Amino acid sequence: MTTSRSGSATVTLPSDREIVITRVFDAPARLVFEAWTTPEHVRRWWGTEAAPLVVCDIDLRVGGSWRYVMRDGGGEQGWHGTYREIGAPHRLVSTEVYEGFPDAEALDTLTLVEEGGKTTLTVNVLHATHENRDGHLNSGMEEGMQKTLDRLEELLRSLA
Amino acid sequence: MIGAVARAATTADVFNAVAEARRRQILDVLASGEKQVTAVVEALPISQPQVSKHLRVLSEVGLVEARSDGRQRLYRVNGRRLKPIHDWVSNYERHWNERLDRLDTYLHELQHEEKHDDDKS
Repeated sequence: MTTSRSGSATVTLPSDREIVITRVFDAPARLVFEAWTTPEHVRRWWGTEAAPLVVCDIDLRVGGSWRYVMRDGGGEQGWHGTYREIGAPHRLVSTEVYEGFPDAEALDTLTLVEEGGKTTLTVNVLHATHENRDGHLNSGMEEGMQKTLDRLEELLRSLA
Repeated sequence: MIGAVARAATTADVFNAVAEARRRQILDVLASGEKQVTAVVEALPISQPQVSKHLRVLSEVGLVEARSDGRQRLYRVNGRRLKPIHDWVSNYERHWNERLDRLDTYLHELQHEEKHDDDKS
């Protein structure tokens, strides 16, 4: 089943260290939060038939850990982290380590804002790299990278 | 859980070059057209030596190209070199779209089940 919202997620890079993913769902925040944080639900949508989640551990409490392992033709990939803040059903903060790059820990903040039965989901991934860059301190002043990319996309088109 | 997209990190790649906010600002300034270094300096709150330093980094990875026109030196963006970044973001977005579409479908199923349960009770 596909819905009219299919393919409507956006990815923006508002600063040197962040990736922000946004998507609207026709469901209450309570349900989105539940689907996001309950292993039996996560297994149903996070992986695919070709690349299922073979491990989905969620210990949903502050200080509790989570770990997902996805298996595809190329082998297994794992992610894990620790829950820092749990504000069901509107906010969830956790650390995230992609096991392929174990030194690069990120901080993920899930925000669910419900309005009129619809929920806007935002995941902000804050990476530790480039933290000392000018851009971090001046992030409020700098133009978003997405905007740069948009302009450069136009430029790419004009060059093609 | 975000699904890092693996890529090799080298000091001379375009990803590193644009990781610096000032260098992105310079690309923004140059995106509107070829300019002399003085025009870039005027558009930004940094000194000419700093702009020149950033332009050198951008030139080294091929993001910016320079040419001489008489006594002037003109800089412009080489958009093709940004394609890897554009592709990376597009890839990431596609990956997330697929995943969140599956969540969307699943949420519809859950709501349908809940409604069904309510009807029964």
